[in-house]
Amino acid sequence: MGITVNNKNCDKCGECVRLCPFAAIEMVGGFPVINAACKVCGICIKECGQSALILIDDVRGEADKGAWSGILVYGEMAGGRLHPVVRELVGKAHELAGGTASPKSNTEIYGVVMGEDTAAAANEFLSYGVDRVLTYEHEIFGCFRADSFSVAFADAIEHLRPSIVLTGATSIGRSLAPRTSTRLRTGLTADCTALEIKDGTDLVQIRPAFGGNIMAEIVTPRSRPQFATVRYKVMDEAPLVEPHGSIVPMKVTDAMKKSGIDVISVEKKPPSENISEAEVLVVGGKGLKSRADLETLKKLADRLGGQYAVTRPLVEAGWAPQSRQIGLSGRTVKPKVLLAFGVSGAVQFTAAIKGSERIFAVNTDPGAPIMDIAHYGVIGDLYEIIPGLLESGLLEQ
Amino acid sequence: MKIIVCIKQVPSVSQVGIDEETGVLLRDGVQTKLNPYDLLALEAAFLLRERHGGEVVAVTMGPPQAEQAIREAYYMGADRGYVFSDARFAGADVLATSYTLSQGIRLLGAFDLVICGKQTTDGDTAQVGPAVAEYLGIPHVAWVEHMEGADGGIRVRQDLPDTCETVFMKYPCLITVERGALVPRLPSWRRMKGLRERPVEIFSFVDFMDGDEGKYGLSGSPTRVIRMFPPKSSDSRETWTGSGAELAERMKSKLQEMKVL
Repeated sequence: MGITVNNKNCDKCGECVRLCPFAAIEMVGGFPVINAACKVCGICIKECGQSALILIDDVRGEADKGAWSGILVYGEMAGGRLHPVVRELVGKAHELAGGTASPKSNTEIYGVVMGEDTAAAANEFLSYGVDRVLTYEHEIFGCFRADSFSVAFADAIEHLRPSIVLTGATSIGRSLAPRTSTRLRTGLTADCTALEIKDGTDLVQIRPAFGGNIMAEIVTPRSRPQFATVRYKVMDEAPLVEPHGSIVPMKVTDAMKKSGIDVISVEKKPPSENISEAEVLVVGGKGLKSRADLETLKKLADRLGGQYAVTRPLVEAGWAPQSRQIGLSGRTVKPKVLLAFGVSGAVQFTAAIKGSERIFAVNTDPGAPIMDIAHYGVIGDLYEIIPGLLESGLLEQ
Repeated sequence: MKIIVCIKQVPSVSQVGIDEETGVLLRDGVQTKLNPYDLLALEAAFLLRERHGGEVVAVTMGPPQAEQAIREAYYMGADRGYVFSDARFAGADVLATSYTLSQGIRLLGAFDLVICGKQTTDGDTAQVGPAVAEYLGIPHVAWVEHMEGADGGIRVRQDLPDTCETVFMKYPCLITVERGALVPRLPSWRRMKGLRERPVEIFSFVDFMDGDEGKYGLSGSPTRVIRMFPPKSSDSRETWTGSGAELAERMKSKLQEMKVL
């Protein structure tokens, strides 16, 4: 790894020479030249107004896989506690490690928490049967800041050297994980719906890929750690056990405290928007003819005591906000009952709803892909069926 | 101010081939379009330019045909555009893609803001934006649904599952944008006529400062797709047919049975 000067961009101002704390830059022939004193601190890169200094990355070789072991789960916080996806990730980690918390398998399971106050979350981690929890406690971690959090996350990974790192595929997880995996120059697989171990320590990461009808199996054969974000409400939760693990407070370094992100305000969103918590979901798809029809579905959802949701095309058409979208880029759902009207069933959608206990699919096309996963394939016109459902005295109670 | 927008051509159909040997998607011969989320990224850049002045520079990594993506950005209002294109960039995963983009962006001189769509509709990972920010050593905020320029930086609202955070970042920084209130403008026919001849510059491997082939394309990619398969379908299922009224009745009694009604 090293810093190089792009003379084409350089305006020869000499500012980098002055700023370098290691006197590692000299002007030679009018242009800055980096000498052997360079510690790759990056100050010159950040401060150069012309973007003339550039970081040349390490050569990527094969990782020494034996030096990396165990599974690290990222402890995303939500309101001072662990987000429910964390318990699911620990459940999966136990499964990958080859057993539940006790008797202890020889693959260690780790957790990491960053926050203003981490005690409650760290103890929750231990109650899931985690062996060691690293905590980074500082006010900078009071709100999510991708830069500070990724420095701390990478620090935890360098400290533990886990073979596998799991992060929830939440909005925060999907912003933090790529920054951290890039920092570590390793691979990252987004939004996995299944994980398996193969050939010792290789993690097979399975995710819906491409807007078509494909699941992809992805491996990280040369690098460690193997880094994945995992979809919420797909894995089974870890059982609660008598804690046996330890909490390790970690040093919060200056690099972690220095964030380029100033949080001005945090507003809570109304809970009703959270379709992933709904017991009953009424979903509209491309088969809806107009925006007004979505209002009818909302009425049906209200009467069933549930929420309405939509597929991607309706969000792209601007009929519903993204918070109502089910699918790869939206939310995974696991309701008791899901009623899909005019949904054909693209792979991201079916992958996102397959945790539902019972699925009704109303569609005129018996060959629609959604019929393959629906428990009740209702072959008919939604415009004839919905009025029947709404008129019912039963539904008005 | 200088705003760089990362855009990508995506297949406009969902069926594509797969290279059996490498597991890489074969994109040749498939109709392409500009990633719909990148239209929002461009729109966000144009709105900031209208308020604060400056220029919008569109960049993309892809085959030489990706020039079309830049041209579309021109027709919408981009001032300049670059394609980072080389056989050695092919087959890149997130890490190699973001390294290539960040090295390419470094060739363009100083900038204030990088804007990415929140994800593409083909890869769907939403990872490249944050990864580019890490390589450029600048802060980022993802899932931005509202933004406005503010003294030496940008104030943005970040859409998180249970909260909305409003944050301020000093330039240079990177954001990935949600739809929010953005409505992408249509390409202007008048612009199209005037801009047909505007050049799209292509940077290839030899132009890049880092001449180590091992960091680009497939060889710079730590992940490998080893298999593609259709998703599993559920075990037990029933198919119901009949008139609309009959089907509605049947659904009602089933919902009652499940104690939803």
